[in-house]
Amino acid sequence: MKRIFLVVLALCLFAAGCTPSDKQPNTVTIWHWMTDRQDAFLKLAEQYEQQTGIKVKFELYAPSDIYSRKIIAAAQARVLPDIFGVLGEKKNFASFVEGGFVADLTEEFQKDDGAWEKSLFEKALNVNRFEEGNVYKIKSGVYGVPIDVTNIQMLYNQDLLAKAGIKAPPTNFDEFLNAIAALNRIGVSGLVSGWGEIWMVDCFASNYAFNIMGEEKVMATYRGEIPYTDEDWIKVFRVFETLHDKKALAEGIVTKGNKYAEQDFALERAAFGFNGSWCVNVYDKMNPNLHYGAMIPPPINFARPMQIWGGAGSSFLVNGISQNKKLAIDFLKWITAKEQQVFLAQETKNLPSNRDALPEIPAVLSQFASAMDFTTHPSIWKYNEDPVVIEAFDKGIQSIIIGEADPDQVAAEVQEIKQREMKKLQER
Amino acid sequence: MSKAIAKRLSGEELKEIFGNYLFILPAVLIFVLFYIYPFFEIFNLSLHEWNGISLARQFVGFDNFKEIINDKVWWMSIWHAGYITLIALTFQNALAFALALSCDRDIRMRKFYRVIFYIPPVLSEVVVGLIWQWILNSGMQNGEPIGLLNYFLTQVHLNHLVHAWLSDPKTALTCIAIVHSWKGFGWGFIILLAGLQTIDRELYEAARVDGASSFSVFKNVTVPMMIPVFVMVMILTILGSMQVFVLVLSMVGQGLVYHTEVPVTRILASMTGMSRFGYACAQGIVFGGILMASSFLLNKISKKVKQE
Repeated sequence: MKRIFLVVLALCLFAAGCTPSDKQPNTVTIWHWMTDRQDAFLKLAEQYEQQTGIKVKFELYAPSDIYSRKIIAAAQARVLPDIFGVLGEKKNFASFVEGGFVADLTEEFQKDDGAWEKSLFEKALNVNRFEEGNVYKIKSGVYGVPIDVTNIQMLYNQDLLAKAGIKAPPTNFDEFLNAIAALNRIGVSGLVSGWGEIWMVDCFASNYAFNIMGEEKVMATYRGEIPYTDEDWIKVFRVFETLHDKKALAEGIVTKGNKYAEQDFALERAAFGFNGSWCVNVYDKMNPNLHYGAMIPPPINFARPMQIWGGAGSSFLVNGISQNKKLAIDFLKWITAKEQQVFLAQETKNLPSNRDALPEIPAVLSQFASAMDFTTHPSIWKYNEDPVVIEAFDKGIQSIIIGEADPDQVAAEVQEIKQREMKKLQER
Repeated sequence: MSKAIAKRLSGEELKEIFGNYLFILPAVLIFVLFYIYPFFEIFNLSLHEWNGISLARQFVGFDNFKEIINDKVWWMSIWHAGYITLIALTFQNALAFALALSCDRDIRMRKFYRVIFYIPPVLSEVVVGLIWQWILNSGMQNGEPIGLLNYFLTQVHLNHLVHAWLSDPKTALTCIAIVHSWKGFGWGFIILLAGLQTIDRELYEAARVDGASSFSVFKNVTVPMMIPVFVMVMILTILGSMQVFVLVLSMVGQGLVYHTEVPVTRILASMTGMSRFGYACAQGIVFGGILMASSFLLNKISKKVKQE
């Protein structure tokens, strides 16, 4: 009998160990991936507890790809925390909403004549919004709270440009190529970026696709109405061929992680960088004496504006099945209020999501902030390309950069995969 | 009377049997929960199209497996893993065996060497990958290479050998294979050394008394006695090398086009990059089958060699 009791006890303990983590009342748990913001978050959490008595636990899981896997596993096991973020494409975000893991915050944003909504950047909020009749068939509304905004631009090193005799940053693609030639003459690498992370290649290509053919044509391609072998897409691929031919790219760029690319730019190994506004914080830590500025990638087509990726930098979502939903929403309202946003911007050098905090941000961030009107992002597009096609597209660009394929070849290969995926979709 | 005893005995027997089963129940439950159930669940998922989050899964039968047959990138990744395995089987194991032979002899500081040779395997693969990425880094600063290897080459006036090691399709995979072998040879070294030390020393003495040369002793005593150990090391090398991926991720990020793709990075790409969990599960099953088949084949070959 005693033995049976022990066995049952062991099984009970085992089962208890398998249950989700403890849900404490008056405690809001947040999972995030933002290593550079953890200290600032902890300070804010402490301040919030002093003000309200509500404990906020910021749990950091980095890097971001590990974090993404963790939240997918947690969603499958129904053990998501009170607040979390979803990284990647809108399709992923939609899957979380569809699964009931994300609370609809529309009502909260509309309270008090939409005070909360009005205080935040519209483009940042749109990243978390599902419009009426969206392709994901999600009920229209706002499902997330942007805690900062970001955009991805080109950076230029003022000292290196001056050394090469370049007086002003290039304003178009030809000027950019001339600058590269001047830099190469003095032995300085041109453009460095973390293109070992293929989404950054995708981002750069997307900037030029929008500039060359405009949003409508890009969307038509995603819908399958225009092939990748179209002349305009060939022009997009040709941008990378030109960069390769003119030796405009830093050596090893195709396998370089963004951290290493940031290091290269901060340590003045390359004159141009392609990076997000979060880099201000990174460069400041790596080389406080770096003299640099931000610029929109030099356009090819003057008839259309250059559109860069941007919008919500990081967004927090409230767990739709959390018992602490109200507490979680209250905390998100507090952290996106002006005072906290100014604190975050000053501490982490990220662009605040609250527009009222803009006058008090560090000077270098202003250059990034001034480009917010030119931002776009896959998460606000009506259509997104199939991930299988995106992979083929980005890998194709990599093969152009290393000189093993030409634009026509890559375009044909991408189109072949696009047709295959569309056929598969129709069959199912 | 006898019927009553039989009844009582069978009752005791039953109790004993029940007790015995109760003891193994936790182990069986854990085995079923963590081994049997996941396997069937993976197989079940491989028959579905599922994004990994949504509650709805679409049954697609064996479509995912059919797609794998025509997935050129998948088979390319198998070939890449095979190439890394081939280098590990030859270069890594030859190095491990040579060092094990050296340390099996009465040489000075052999304990020190044993510790040194065992350091690479205990290091984190991510750390090893990042360190080697720094060593093999390309790029220049102030006219000098920033990668350690390229810097060394320029210092010894071998500038023509300076190369973008990890971003050239001709060298990237070989670099990964060499680093993998460097990291892995310590395992083989320890196992082979343990195997060498189990060989009866009298056999060597007897061979020497008969006038056998060192090579002859090696060929006729050491090698035949080591065959079971070789087979074990080879199977472990195949399983370890085919599943390499942490090194790949830490050395070349998301890959150099498709030149550094290995099966596990493809499975990861299907799961997290493309949100195709069903397809990733099918890839996992096919890959598991390939590993099992290769281990089985190697075992068969070794038995045949042993018989001969």
